[in-house]
Amino acid sequence: MTNSFGEYARAKLLFCIGTNMTEAHPVASYYAKQAVKKGATLIVVDPRRHALADYATIFAQIKVGSDVAFLNGLMRVLIEEELYDKKYVAECCENFDALKAKVLETPLEKAAQISGVGVEMLERIARTMAANRPGMAIYTLGITEHTCGKNNVMSVANLQMLLGNVGKECGGVNPMRGQNNVQGACDVGALPNVFPGYQPVAVPANREKFEKGWGVTGLPDKPGMMMPDMMDGLASKKIRAFYIYGENLANTEPNITHVEKSLAAAEFIVCQDIFQTETTKFAHVILPAAAWGEDEGTFSSSERRVSLVRKFKTPPGEARPSWWIFKELAKRFGQEWPSCSGKELWDNEVSVLAPAFGGIKYDRIQGDGLQWPCPNVEHPGTGFLHRDGKFTRGKGLFAALDWTPPAEVPDAEYPLVLSTGRRLYHYHTRTQTGRSGLNQMLPEEFADISPADAKEHGIADGEMIILKSRRGQVKIRAKVNERIPRGLVWTSFHFREGNANWLTNNAFDPETKTAEYKACAVKIEKVG
Amino acid sequence: MNIIVNGEDLEAREGQTILQVARENGVFIPALCFHEKVGVAGRCRACLVEVEGMKGLQTSCSVPVKNGMTVRTRTPVVLEAQKLVIDLLLSTGTHDCLSCEKNGGCELQNAAYYLGIERPSISLPALAPSLDGTSAFVSVDRNKCIQCGRCVRGCQNSVVNNVLDFGYRGQHTGIIFDDDAPMGTSTCVQCGECVQMCPVGALTEKKALGKARRWETRVVRTTCPYCGVGCQLDVHVKGEDVVRVTGTEDGSPNRGSLCVKGRFGYDFMYSEDRLTTPLIRENGELRKASWDEALDLVAAKFKKIIAESGPDAIGGVSCARSTNEDSYSMQKLFRAVLKTNNIDHCART
Repeated sequence: MTNSFGEYARAKLLFCIGTNMTEAHPVASYYAKQAVKKGATLIVVDPRRHALADYATIFAQIKVGSDVAFLNGLMRVLIEEELYDKKYVAECCENFDALKAKVLETPLEKAAQISGVGVEMLERIARTMAANRPGMAIYTLGITEHTCGKNNVMSVANLQMLLGNVGKECGGVNPMRGQNNVQGACDVGALPNVFPGYQPVAVPANREKFEKGWGVTGLPDKPGMMMPDMMDGLASKKIRAFYIYGENLANTEPNITHVEKSLAAAEFIVCQDIFQTETTKFAHVILPAAAWGEDEGTFSSSERRVSLVRKFKTPPGEARPSWWIFKELAKRFGQEWPSCSGKELWDNEVSVLAPAFGGIKYDRIQGDGLQWPCPNVEHPGTGFLHRDGKFTRGKGLFAALDWTPPAEVPDAEYPLVLSTGRRLYHYHTRTQTGRSGLNQMLPEEFADISPADAKEHGIADGEMIILKSRRGQVKIRAKVNERIPRGLVWTSFHFREGNANWLTNNAFDPETKTAEYKACAVKIEKVG
Repeated sequence: MNIIVNGEDLEAREGQTILQVARENGVFIPALCFHEKVGVAGRCRACLVEVEGMKGLQTSCSVPVKNGMTVRTRTPVVLEAQKLVIDLLLSTGTHDCLSCEKNGGCELQNAAYYLGIERPSISLPALAPSLDGTSAFVSVDRNKCIQCGRCVRGCQNSVVNNVLDFGYRGQHTGIIFDDDAPMGTSTCVQCGECVQMCPVGALTEKKALGKARRWETRVVRTTCPYCGVGCQLDVHVKGEDVVRVTGTEDGSPNRGSLCVKGRFGYDFMYSEDRLTTPLIRENGELRKASWDEALDLVAAKFKKIIAESGPDAIGGVSCARSTNEDSYSMQKLFRAVLKTNNIDHCART
């Protein structure tokens, strides 16, 4: 996020697109709802009229996968009616002419037709956003989990720059991260192209720095493989050993049949986890890790805040902190790593090697965490980025983008769109929530379908149905839900039974390799 | 600015109330309906004080400070008035502390202790039990409710779920869920904000029932293991067991609020299903192994593959649930030891 959660409550305008905040980030939604109570304008754009829409000033029920067309439509109105921030665009941004030419290519009627959001609504949203600046753009996986995910993200950024909303308090582009430490795992270099602190591996000076810091030579210079490519590499034998740490890939990745075929083809799989899962079935070695609360460390939240995680119990049996396991493996290759605790790893290694975290030390985050960039120990941390429109890269770069449809769209055989996500009472594959009493709140998964589709298929609320895609099928209980538009089916990946990923499409954004969990084609059949 | 409380000069800031300044300076005033997060209600009347130049007793929660203001919180008149309020509250409910989950953390009990109330002076017939145990995680005992309204304001103004409200009139006034539905069948999503707001034992965590007295637990501040908001939690621990989880009231970003997963989803660490020893698959079956055996096997296999096919024949995915220090160590293993950049995690999904 360029900005911070606390700003939601003080914002003038919140533009929430592809975020089911009340379920996936409930505490963030409290702030958004508080802002509405204080008079803020809340614009919700989503294929489902989910709970946050109940608090919205404007709700636009967009068609799945039409975001770029919709956002280009808004920008067309802003440019045609000269409602955009001309001074900001001229002084702080570049490539405006290309953006302008691109958004003017498509008539508003066409944007309305693609997105399902009418011309008048497009105009109303654009005018409202122009009249209430700065506004915060907030999104989650509804924007990213598409084959055009990267373009969706850049379109949101285009819109916010056009409005002069980036680099301002209560503005910005704010993707909320799904898991507690996705931000952190990126921050500390669990990515194939960068060292900790987003320092590219391809830059010789960076490799030299880390070779010196780690006391090694010959760090690899070629960016590595992204996860979907590794999975495919298992089947092609390009990848012979696969080390899976705390991921239940057999349930979380799109097209489970394909995923399990890949995992079964692997020569050697190591799983490091706190439980046996559907994925550990494929493991040759399983290593027991300490869980949350059994070791000290830090998490980095979506707002770039590095906060302490403390220990309050000992791990069971022989389970050990994960850093200890990696350190022990390194020892077997002749490397003696110096750090022996979370504090030593962070204070003496991460924050020394990554300039953005240089000022974050354990003794400074005993209370509230600090938000990076925080380059030195006097630095108070950074609540919002690109202050006064002074972008990290210099000028904000507009991208001229075309809308592309999802990889698989409905047809005569599979006439419905399946979109997936998370529900309030569970987390991912329930390894944690399923063992914490939350099954009481949601004991089984269901598929949300519209009253119109239910009627057409003769399906009653609560009836078991078969949901089929080109990749698989599940038997699942139907929930007739008036918040779902005709033509859409919505479900989650929390339960093995009825898991949406038996159906989802393993098609990916070509650059980010993010899978299109939000759109594939399905059909409904009655049981028996 | 300064105000004088019980003859002592106390530093105060513009916009603060007398109660806030008193609390900041360790001066106890019984106050039940005020909470920093949901603000002034002026309902309970327990926080009465004398303010020089103002007629009658004042509710300290609602009077803004002025420079030089002189306040007295312990005069016989003040104490008598406070005592009457607390005495009436104790008389009209079933405030038996012996097995109450709130014992030791109850604000009504603290007020009674401060005022030296041994037992209520008015004896009313015992109330019929009024327990609502229908929800998954919250126990509701309306006989302990003092109608301070903190839960209602928390539900309406803080988490803005608008489930809780006051219902009925006069002496029958009480908290209700939706249109007076049982909590378990209401639209409540069990975020537990009301429990954290409740000053007495009317709303308590079911999971904590009978697990520990307040003074037996230590509080460990940490960061929630669920979504990417990064809420700060206080884990109340007895020995090695979590008794309850509350939101860290002055912590960023959540200021004490949590969701159902963060507040109640903490049992998984104690599950019988935990992996407790390394396992090696032999002839299709998993068997227990020592750390040395398992790690030696992994290292040997990796060395063989690297020798035969190069380091890029190994791939790894790190865990977005684990700490920065763990993910850092894993990427270091891949880059500095195995010499491949084939390290990723689920950021793209």
